[in-house]
Amino acid sequence: MKTVFKRPDSLVDVNSHYCPGCHHGTVQRMVAEAIDHFGIRERTIGAASVGCSVFMYDYFDVDVVESPHGRAPAVATGIVRANPDKFAFVIQGDGDLAAIGTAEIIHAANRGEKFTVIFVNNTVYGMTGGQMAPTTMPGQRTTTSPAGRDVLHDGYPIKMTEILANLEGVGFAARVAVDTPAHLTKAKKAIFEAFAAPLNGEGLGFVEVLASCPTNWGMDALAANRRIGEEMIPYFPLGTYKERKSGDAD
Amino acid sequence: MSKSFIKGNVAIAKAAIAAGCKYYFGYPITPQSDIPEYLSGALPAAGGDFVQAESEVAAINMLLGAGATGKRAMTSSSSPGVSLKQEGISYMAGSEIPGVIVNIQRSGPGLGGISPSQGDYFQSTRGGGHGDYRTPVLAPATVQEMYDLTILAFELADKYRNPVLVLADAMLGMMMEPIEEWTPEVDTSANGQWALTGAKGRERRRIKSLYLAEGELADHNWRLAEKYKRISQNEVRIQTDIPEDCQLGVVAFGSAARIAKSAVDRANEEGHRVGMIRPITLWPFPTEEIIKIAESGLDFLTVELNTGQMVEDVRLAVNGRSKVEFAGYPPGYIPSPDEVYEEIMKRLKDKE
Repeated sequence: MKTVFKRPDSLVDVNSHYCPGCHHGTVQRMVAEAIDHFGIRERTIGAASVGCSVFMYDYFDVDVVESPHGRAPAVATGIVRANPDKFAFVIQGDGDLAAIGTAEIIHAANRGEKFTVIFVNNTVYGMTGGQMAPTTMPGQRTTTSPAGRDVLHDGYPIKMTEILANLEGVGFAARVAVDTPAHLTKAKKAIFEAFAAPLNGEGLGFVEVLASCPTNWGMDALAANRRIGEEMIPYFPLGTYKERKSGDAD
Repeated sequence: MSKSFIKGNVAIAKAAIAAGCKYYFGYPITPQSDIPEYLSGALPAAGGDFVQAESEVAAINMLLGAGATGKRAMTSSSSPGVSLKQEGISYMAGSEIPGVIVNIQRSGPGLGGISPSQGDYFQSTRGGGHGDYRTPVLAPATVQEMYDLTILAFELADKYRNPVLVLADAMLGMMMEPIEEWTPEVDTSANGQWALTGAKGRERRRIKSLYLAEGELADHNWRLAEKYKRISQNEVRIQTDIPEDCQLGVVAFGSAARIAKSAVDRANEEGHRVGMIRPITLWPFPTEEIIKIAESGLDFLTVELNTGQMVEDVRLAVNGRSKVEFAGYPPGYIPSPDEVYEEIMKRLKDKE
């Protein structure tokens, strides 16, 4: 019988601890598919970040080191600089990458470090209990913006993909969503491209994934999925923002 | 083995290469910038890599990443920069990742100044970052020791899977002395037992410090405590020179020990009998050795380039067995040997 669907080899066969409707598992599956696709499982080292994403080391069947909050791109820099023959990837949330770790991602990207960054943007601090993130939408209520994010007081949601796409060291940068089957197909393609960029020596690969956090949004899974399309995508436009193919003149 | 006449900072850089360190991550700060400047040329030439990080925070985390793969790597900085590294040092200690961190101390607190200081003794020996951990701290007093102890730092880091600090200061970093360079036998193959190299032909490995299951973190901390005990039992280093009928023991480390030694020599030349006690490892502190000396009834004078830090460890060791006095010089001031000599004379006179 022909196999049409199976667990990626790079994922461990364990139950997920993530909340119902959370997209971390979805993203991790696509990352595992990319690892399988490129046949790099045995030379891949992951750098886990802080937040819900830290538990990626329970799910990926690859070597993983834990990083301090926001520092995973620096940790991955150390990994690939000391081991140019290995492949490294990081998965970071919005608090980790776009707040406390802003310096680390920008400079890793600017140096053109050869690894892949998957940025899960769900507009909220998940693990700590739903506080305001740098990507929290204007007016969005969180446990630290109880009246809704006031852009005059708290600033605007930060658009990391647009910022990073401006840096020469980035080989690939895209924003995707995982709310519909069509978006999932595009998200997987973008993640594969983000893996190809460092593998081909084109620079850092970056994908921002618009994802849901039903628990901290106070929504059920379906309503949370709808919110991605209705509120997030209009502010965070999807698309490929940077694509450099090998051989491009600099 | 070859002889050279070099700066302390350069001795550290050359020793790192001799010890098989191929990777350096750092950020410029006076008075240690000779180290990254030297290594930025020497490491690529040795087949390694040098990365000038965007911050000391990033640099220590690059060291964490390289160390997690079992490769010998280093970062260096000076006091304010080392403050920034404390987060990463705590994670490295918690995750048992080896690495060498050099602190060429300058004067604090805050931006302070670029003059020599020993103000970071507490930060270095008490863990420095959050959590209940320890890092071996090696305190050279000569350029030769800058070289020798840097090599030892790499060996201890691998042996115990722990970050190791080399604690010197602006005086030692900037002074030139003749040294003998040597190359140790380097064997890091034991790191293959735990390092992240890609899960090829083996189970995946996870290097982490997060333990949430009931009792798991306490067990982890007990295991670390056992390791620190082993280090304390095996790795103490101290230099003592105590004459017969000694009247006073002077305790000092690093550059303060250089100044104190001149004062002690002068006192002894004048017919007094003053001993010199120089801890080389600040953690583990040579507690047992100091207890033995205290049990002979000898009083102590601790001399430091701060307002009183190591003296607390001396007092803890002596524990009332004899008198422990202190002569300190705050960051921003360097005493002459004559000033320390006067302090010694004052104590000897008090005894008469």
